[in-house]
Amino acid sequence: MAQPEHDEMSGVETTGHEWDGIKELNNPLPRWWIWTFYITIAWALVYTILFPAWPLIDGATQGLLGYSSRANLAQSVQQAQQAQSGNLEKIRTLPLDEIRGDPALLEFANAGGRSAFAVNCVQCHGAGAAGAKGYPNLNDDEWLWGGTLDDIHHTLVHGVRHEADENTRNSQMPAFGRDGLLERAQIADTADYVLSLSGEDHDAAAAGRGATIFAEQCSVCHGANGGGDRAQGAPSLRDAIWLFGGDRATIVETITNARRGVMPAWGDKLDEATIKQLTVYVHSLGGGEASKPAPAASVEAPAAAMP
Amino acid sequence: MGAAFFYVIMGLVATFAVIVASLTHDPNFAIHAWIVVLAALVAIVAGLNTFDPEGKPKPAKGKYLDGVIQAGVIATMFWGLAGFLVGVVIALQLTFPALNLDTAYTNFGRLRPLHTSAVVFAFGGNALIATSFYVVQRTTGARLALGNTAWFVFWGYQLFIVLAATGYLLGITQSKEYAEPEWYVDLWLTIVWVAYLAVFLGTLFRRKEPHIYVANWFYLSFIVTIAMLHVVNNLSMPVSLLGAKSYSLFSGVQDALTQWWYGHNAVGFFLTAGFLGMMYYFVPKQADRPIYSYRLSIIHFWALIFLYIWAGPHHLHYTALPDWAQTLGMVFSIMLWMPSWGGMINGLMTLSGAWDKLRTDPVLRMMVMAIAFYGMSTFEGPMMSIKSVNSLSHYTDWTIGHVHSGALGWVGMISFGAVYFLAPKLWDRQGLYSARLVNWHFWLATIGIVLYAASMWVSGIMQGLMWRAYDNLGFLQYSFAETVAAMHPFYLIRAAGGGLYLLGALIMAYNIARTIMGHQRREIPMGFAAPAVQGA
Repeated sequence: MAQPEHDEMSGVETTGHEWDGIKELNNPLPRWWIWTFYITIAWALVYTILFPAWPLIDGATQGLLGYSSRANLAQSVQQAQQAQSGNLEKIRTLPLDEIRGDPALLEFANAGGRSAFAVNCVQCHGAGAAGAKGYPNLNDDEWLWGGTLDDIHHTLVHGVRHEADENTRNSQMPAFGRDGLLERAQIADTADYVLSLSGEDHDAAAAGRGATIFAEQCSVCHGANGGGDRAQGAPSLRDAIWLFGGDRATIVETITNARRGVMPAWGDKLDEATIKQLTVYVHSLGGGEASKPAPAASVEAPAAAMP
Repeated sequence: MGAAFFYVIMGLVATFAVIVASLTHDPNFAIHAWIVVLAALVAIVAGLNTFDPEGKPKPAKGKYLDGVIQAGVIATMFWGLAGFLVGVVIALQLTFPALNLDTAYTNFGRLRPLHTSAVVFAFGGNALIATSFYVVQRTTGARLALGNTAWFVFWGYQLFIVLAATGYLLGITQSKEYAEPEWYVDLWLTIVWVAYLAVFLGTLFRRKEPHIYVANWFYLSFIVTIAMLHVVNNLSMPVSLLGAKSYSLFSGVQDALTQWWYGHNAVGFFLTAGFLGMMYYFVPKQADRPIYSYRLSIIHFWALIFLYIWAGPHHLHYTALPDWAQTLGMVFSIMLWMPSWGGMINGLMTLSGAWDKLRTDPVLRMMVMAIAFYGMSTFEGPMMSIKSVNSLSHYTDWTIGHVHSGALGWVGMISFGAVYFLAPKLWDRQGLYSARLVNWHFWLATIGIVLYAASMWVSGIMQGLMWRAYDNLGFLQYSFAETVAAMHPFYLIRAAGGGLYLLGALIMAYNIARTIMGHQRREIPMGFAAPAVQGA
């Protein structure tokens, strides 16, 4: 055989093969390459001795370190639960007012409530609890069903119009238009009166006619002055806060077809400690009301809430 | 095969498909049957042009069968543009959800497999089939075996793509990532793929060279392994022979493991081995230099083939998969690092003595950038397979960034390089229409990839850190929606990167079209800033 061919440019020997003009040099394997390859193999062997790796007929080798991802997970879950268990136990047993009274416990409950809120409540009430059309804003001091700790707790546990729960918050506004209780013109007049209650632009003559209809049809729930009634979840119509919208068209729509917002009862989904944390958290968002020592008038008494 | 036989077969296929379409109760399945009818009718009409009046195939011209490769190059460009476009669309859907348009057909969930299949199987697959047919003929000195079977492979594969793509839009899926098509499409692909294997092997048997060139080892390993992966992962039982739906043979964690054995090796053998075959031919040709090391190519080939197939379980870290399988998936991925890099070394070192050509040859520049991205993503991959890294990276955008630095950087760029090499040769032109447009393509694509990968690194790592963030009292710090909101700016950057990449590909399509038409742009050659300035 002839002398091996050499590449002119590099002086390296070729393999003597050629395909469509492509030749191959016979350079050795780069040392760093082959040694790094050996090291990764050696590392892999060591690793498979230390950790579960080699399948056997029944199961697999367990490794010298006794590692198990399931055991690790169980351990870290247990550690996390232990770290919180003291506070959680206090929250489970103490009355809501006492939780609010204990700064350390309040901080814990707020943190836990915020976390649970982010998982369970943001879908409707929004990440900042600012609500959306049909879903109340929880940052203001307007409450449909009451804003004391006990009120909020009750709403959370039993939900709103959650039919499977017999203690749920329940009421139903009549569909005045759809069910033929009011004529179209009467509804328009009533809407003008409702607009006048919160000082919006309205037709004074129509509102005058609407006042009579309101007194007959609406005041039973919304109150003679339109101030609302929390016992029935009837919102105040005197402020600038609207659940579904305060423009004329939306008010007409509401009177015509009524509204029926629902909220699930969380009592059978979340444990009591979580619900209590949620209660404290929602209460602290801006509109929480002080607990009533005795039955009193619906005095707005904003709690010493954080800004 | 005579013309009469061809017409009879196509007529039978069309009749059978009409019967299926009329019997089935599955409207989507009926649409697919009508597509088959249409395909058979088109084949009959096309046959009238292919056969002469006596019913014999027209005599073949030239030493090699290159018409099918021309068709493959055009299909590569077409599906590439389609796939990149859908990619940009779904990137924008993630940024602005309103772009889902609130219909089932345009929903992200259906467009996403359309994108992945269009780029992997339609763009990548056509590039692989076309280049493998070119390379195997040139490096064996033999014409493609089995007559016009290569044309059957080409058109059969396009039919597979059309059935898969329309199926996704109609909502037909078996919900296996990268293996979404249902049983009947899988069966069709199996037939096409076996024909592909037969053509490739037959050509190798007819070779006039004593040895088989390294590029062909890679192509063959890709064809054989994909056949095996495809058949095993798609084993399923149709609910009815007249309906699209089927149920997998596997269930639970066995199904997951089979799926990721398939899924990871689709990356390994489709997107790595196949494109290494491409690199091993087109880089030495374009650089006009010998392959750096024959020994390295042997060792890294066999190491890659042997190790890759075991690495799939790293997709299932911290799942129901037993610990031992997770460990093996991880250590095999680590051992895979150097065998992967062997290809990078051989590719880059092949340029030794020819580095100066990078100044004047933007096609070679593209190929070198492809190899650089190959090296980067084959380092990143083993790193992400380490369990502690994976616990952060898994399920985040980091994975998406990793895939795209491989897909856009390696697969895309090496394919672009091969197509730029092939177009003038196949259509017998003096050269490309414009080297400067190639340079524009190179920079648009490179900047696009950098924007894409960098934004996904930041977004993915941020996402992973936010998911695992606890406050000092042991409560999760962020809601899921907050992590999504935080990723918005990076989604925007990602979409911009994808847009640049698409723009580059559009320039390429224009350049290739003008090249095919035989035009040549009057321009200052690359490496010369202006006529007065001399290249140093």
